[in-house]
Amino acid sequence: MPMSLNIKEIRKDFPILERETQSGVRLTYLDSTATSQKPLQVIEAMNDYYRRSNANIHRGVHTLAEEATAMYEGAREKIAKFINASSPREIIYTRNTTESINLVAYSWARANLKQGDLVILTEMEHHSNLVPWHMLQAERGIELDFIPVTDDGLLDLEVYKALLKRTPKLVSFTHMSNVLGTINPAGEIIRLGHEVGAIMLVDGAQSVPHLKVDVQALDADFYAFSAHKMCGPTGIGALHGKSALLEAMPPFMGGGDMIKEVKLRSFRPNTLPHKFEAGTPAIAEAVGFGVAVDYLTKIGMDDIAAHEHEITSYALERLEEIPGVKLFGPSADKKGGVAAFTLEGVHPHDVAQILDRDGIAVRAGHHCAQPLHEKFSIPATSRASFYLYSTKEEVDLLVNGLYKVKEMFG
Amino acid sequence: MDDLYREVIIEHYKNPGYRGKLDPHDISFADNNPLCGDHIQIDLRVDAGGVVTDARFDGHGCAISQASADLLIESVIGKPLEEIKKLNKDDLLELLGIELGPVRLKCALLSLKVLKAGVYGLGEASDSLVE
Repeated sequence: MPMSLNIKEIRKDFPILERETQSGVRLTYLDSTATSQKPLQVIEAMNDYYRRSNANIHRGVHTLAEEATAMYEGAREKIAKFINASSPREIIYTRNTTESINLVAYSWARANLKQGDLVILTEMEHHSNLVPWHMLQAERGIELDFIPVTDDGLLDLEVYKALLKRTPKLVSFTHMSNVLGTINPAGEIIRLGHEVGAIMLVDGAQSVPHLKVDVQALDADFYAFSAHKMCGPTGIGALHGKSALLEAMPPFMGGGDMIKEVKLRSFRPNTLPHKFEAGTPAIAEAVGFGVAVDYLTKIGMDDIAAHEHEITSYALERLEEIPGVKLFGPSADKKGGVAAFTLEGVHPHDVAQILDRDGIAVRAGHHCAQPLHEKFSIPATSRASFYLYSTKEEVDLLVNGLYKVKEMFG
Repeated sequence: MDDLYREVIIEHYKNPGYRGKLDPHDISFADNNPLCGDHIQIDLRVDAGGVVTDARFDGHGCAISQASADLLIESVIGKPLEEIKKLNKDDLLELLGIELGPVRLKCALLSLKVLKAGVYGLGEASDSLVE
C-alpha cells in the first residue's frame, strides 16, 4: 500500500523551490517533464566529488583515481539495480536519452538494417525518437511506419497488430508521452513485437523518473533514459541493452577508454560497458546520477507515482472547470503527471509568459513533438507537469493564474 | 499592468487591421519560428517606383508575434523597398514599444525577418536579416 509522501520534508531537499522569481513572488515550478529540480543530496554529492575525489577514471592507480573510478562504477551498479537490469554491464552511460537512442540508431541499426527494412514508431514520439530514424531512412532507405494515436491520446494497438504482420525489424516507442502523459502498455507492446522477431527499443525519458521500471519484466531489448528528469544532473543518461545485443554491436564512438588495445593501424574494442564509452565521461554527473537513484529509491517509486497520480487527478479536475480550457491526453488513470492544454483565444506562449509573472513555470510550444500537435491540429500547447515535490496548492496557483490570463485577453 | 501585454499589443492581436492575403501580389513570403511553430506570411503590392502600395500578413502565433506583424505591416505601406531593407531589430522594438527577453524577441522579429527575406527574394528568413 503506497504511503502518502511527506511533501513538506521533501520540499526542504529542493532549495530552488524556495526562491523568488521576482521580488515577493515565489517560484511555482510546474515544468518537471522538461527537467526536474535537483535535491541537495545530489548537488552536495557532486560538489563533494569535485572537492575531494576528482580524478580521471579507469587508468590511474593513485588514490583519487581509484576513488573516482569506484564512484563512477558504483553509480552504474545503482542505476542497474534501479531498473532491475541483470548486470551493470548492460548500462551504458550516455549524455541523455537522445544520445542513447542515437547509439542504437548508429551502432545496432546501421549494422542490422538494410534498404526496405521496416521500423515502427508511434505518432506520439518526441523528436529524439523520430529524427534519428529519419536520418537512417535517408541514408539506408529503411521504411518507417507509425502506430497512430487515438483521439483520447492512446496508442491504437489494433493498428499496431496489423503493422506487425509486415515483420518490422525494430519497434521504438515511448513508455510515457511527454505531452499527453499517456503511459503506454510497454510490456504488451514488447511481447507482441517479439512474437514477430522485432527488436524493441523503449524511450523511457518520462517513465523512469515517475514509475517503477523493471527492464527484465518488460523484456525490453533497449531502454533509454536521462538523469536530469529524475532528480539527477544534466549531461548524463543511460542506455540499457541486453548484453547479447550489446556484445554483437560495433562501437559507437572511437577514442580512449573504449579500447582494449590500439595499434597504429587497428584497435580491439573494450568489453561492456566500456566499449560504448569513448573519452573521459561525465564523472561527477555519474556520481550525481547514482545519488539521484538513491534518493528516489529511499522515498519509493510506488509512493512517488501515487503522489503524482493524486496531484494530476486534481489538476485535470480543476483545469477542466475553466471555460475555454481544452485538455489533451487520456484520463488520469492512464497517464503520468502531465497536463497539456490550450486556452481558447490565447496562444500558449502568452499563457506561459503571463503565468511567469506570478512565478509559475509552465512550458509552451510543441514540446519537441511537432507531429503529435499536427495530429491534433494545434500548433502548440501549454504544459504543466508534476513531480514528487508538487502540491495541490501549486495547482490552485496555476488555476488562478489562468483566470488572470483569461481576464487579460477577455 | 506590465509593459509586455500593454493594451496596444492585445488590441492588435485581437483586432488586427492588416490580417489577410493579397491576390494578386508582387511579393509573397512565409516562414516559421522553429522554436514555437509561429507562422507568418506576408504579401506585398509594389508600384513601378519600388514603393509598397498595399500589404497584408497572415499566420498564427502568440500575441507578440501577431501584434508585431500587424504593426509592422501598418508601418511599411507607403514605404520604398529600399527603406524596408534597412529596417532592423531596433526599429521593430520601437514600433512595439516594449522590451523583450531573448526568447520572446524571436517571436517579435519573425514578421520582420519574413518581410525582409521576401523583399530580398531569399529562400529563408534568417536571424542575420534583422541584426
